[in-house]
Amino acid sequence: MVRRNMIYLTRKCEFSASHYYHNPQWTEEENRRVFGKCANLNGHGHNYTLEVTVKGEIDAATGFVIDLKQLKDLLNREVLEAMDHRHLNKEVPEFASRIPTTENIAIAIWQRLEKKLHLAKLHRVRLYELPDLFVDYYGEA
Amino acid sequence: MKAHLTRRYLFSASHRLHAATLSPEENQAIYGKCNNPHGHGHNYALEVTVSGPVNAETGMVCDLGELDEAVHHDVIERFDHQNLNMLPDFDGLVPTTENLAQVSFNILKQSFRSAHLEKVRIEETLMNSFEYAAGGEPRY
Repeated sequence: MVRRNMIYLTRKCEFSASHYYHNPQWTEEENRRVFGKCANLNGHGHNYTLEVTVKGEIDAATGFVIDLKQLKDLLNREVLEAMDHRHLNKEVPEFASRIPTTENIAIAIWQRLEKKLHLAKLHRVRLYELPDLFVDYYGEA
Repeated sequence: MKAHLTRRYLFSASHRLHAATLSPEENQAIYGKCNNPHGHGHNYALEVTVSGPVNAETGMVCDLGELDEAVHHDVIERFDHQNLNMLPDFDGLVPTTENLAQVSFNILKQSFRSAHLEKVRIEETLMNSFEYAAGGEPRY
């Protein structure tokens, strides 16, 4: 069914965090070969830009898909408080066992938001690690 | 070969988010400062995406001048430096950017026929944007 009133709404926010790439099942040489300077165990940081897109139909009474403030509060609570000015490997539970690549961070953010988002449907998580490098995740297995 | 083309336009307008069907308290609770009685304004950025086969002779999906003419004449001139609440388009419709995107799409669907209208995207601020594709799913 084509839903003619479907609107896609994107909210952007920024956070800064540090990380390193390291697979404990590999030797130091393998880690260095695959991850290059990202394997430095002292870590390094980025300014991440997150764009979260939700979709839903326009509420006839309010003209909204979702209250932007509620979406902003959700992003603050689930993403920024957990990740902003943190060391992702050491302080964010998802990355105790997963390497905090931009791909895995985008998936972790999707999983955090999807559980808590009730008023609209999550459509896409786009995460920029650098202005010229970003990842899109649509919740696909 | 099909290609997509997106062009970006800017306009400035004021609005007030207020639903006549709701009480003053409900309006305040839902819209917060966007419900302030005298309205407020934004610099909106409008992105229009059209698609179609690349013409073998011109190498183009459509004439950009024609697209500019339609968008300027039918959308920008209609909304730029206006109070959206006062326009007939928003008679009985709250001028949220969701509704503005849908109204803009429907206007352009009528007025621009040289390529297929895929999507309208409007940035209300640097942090918010809204896309309407009339049932299509925007991916890029």
